[in-house]
Amino acid sequence: MGGGFDFAVLIRNAPFLWGGMVLTLQLTALAVTGGLALGLVLAVLRLSRIPFAPALVAGYVNFLRSMPLILAIFWFYTLIPKLTGQSVSSFYSVLIAFILFEAAYYSEIIRAGISSVRRGQIAAALALGLSNAQAMRYVVLPQAIRNMIPVLLTQSIVMLQDTSLVYVVGLRDFLTTADIVAGRDSRPVELYMFVALTFLVVCFSASRLVNRLRRRYAL
Amino acid sequence: MGSYRWNWPILLADPYYGWIVSGFGNTCLIAVLAWSIAFPLGSAIGIARTTELRPLRLVGTIYVEVFRNIPLLAQMFLWYFVVPELLPQDWGHWVKRDMPYPQFLTSVLCLGLYTASRVAEQVRSGLEAIPRGQHHAGLAMGLTPAQVYRYVRLPVAYRIIIPSLTSDFLGVFKNSSLALTIGVLELTSQARQIEEYTFAAFEAFATATLLYCAVTGIVILAMRQVERRTRIPGTIAIGAQ
Repeated sequence: MGGGFDFAVLIRNAPFLWGGMVLTLQLTALAVTGGLALGLVLAVLRLSRIPFAPALVAGYVNFLRSMPLILAIFWFYTLIPKLTGQSVSSFYSVLIAFILFEAAYYSEIIRAGISSVRRGQIAAALALGLSNAQAMRYVVLPQAIRNMIPVLLTQSIVMLQDTSLVYVVGLRDFLTTADIVAGRDSRPVELYMFVALTFLVVCFSASRLVNRLRRRYAL
Repeated sequence: MGSYRWNWPILLADPYYGWIVSGFGNTCLIAVLAWSIAFPLGSAIGIARTTELRPLRLVGTIYVEVFRNIPLLAQMFLWYFVVPELLPQDWGHWVKRDMPYPQFLTSVLCLGLYTASRVAEQVRSGLEAIPRGQHHAGLAMGLTPAQVYRYVRLPVAYRIIIPSLTSDFLGVFKNSSLALTIGVLELTSQARQIEEYTFAAFEAFATATLLYCAVTGIVILAMRQVERRTRIPGTIAIGAQ
């Protein structure tokens, strides 16, 4: 350490760090979108009466939820090239790992949201002459979505933080770029503090917004 | 994957077998030690957030928000690279030169303090789930506020949150894999190392995955028994079904 804080190092490296931030945000956005889509499919399958589907989905969800995310990242990073016989960029292998992993968590949230709507509501909708699909569309889903959106958003904030784990395969996200600068310029204190504070501000503000949303739209 | 050459016996060969055993041991040890920080500290913070004292509530809220909103990996780097620099000089020297098992102890501390913020939220929600009337009834019977917590609110709260605490413990068990980023040879890093030495990627990762799943399964089954035995009469507990 050269003594004292040197914030100029942050300004000098701002474009490089910003590039890392862009990758973090891209990865989060793609993983949230993919995870939600797959999670929705899994949740519907789990609540369906298709033979074996609920048990298979439950197995998938429990399996992934008992594995550390870092291990899942390593699995896909080393195995996708071996399985497909061609090299895949680490961005895509990590993205696939995140989507499959997060889908397990999202599907549980979506399932809980749908299950939280009381049976009597469906019975009442059917008694009013709505079809099954209409009961789902106009009665169950509007309530279910209100219940689950805050939880889905909170999980997405967790997901934003989890993307920093791509560090283990050297993908240049926000934390990894900061780590590279910290090593090159021997400024670990400034760089790691900057990363921590940035995440703190972003995630804290986001979770405040989610709380307001929850209070405003709570049933 | 037709061209993949299977090599399961390699895992029983020296030194790879020993790597897996010691990695698994480290993973379990980190999880248990971190939990023994997280549980008491998290309980204290959770209780602080439900008291009538505003400063205590504020401290609890700040703790939870700070630890919950910084990525765990960034926290790991803060504890390992930044905190020793910010300590008074002789403490910093001690941490950097003389502290035994620096990576191991740092990761235990980091995981323990992070998990405490999660435990705190569970304890708080458990305490808040109990009707206020029980608190007032306890006070009316002449108990002090501390006694109300000790004999009325906490025994009920802990029993309500057993499932959430179980998943937090499993969380710290899985998160112990982050210790590999500062050089602790736990289960995931040993699997990775075996993969690098032998190219038996599938075998190494499958073994690690199996061990994680086995511990998760055992903990869940054991905690269901605990939940069933400590069930509050008249409530629904998963283990009782």
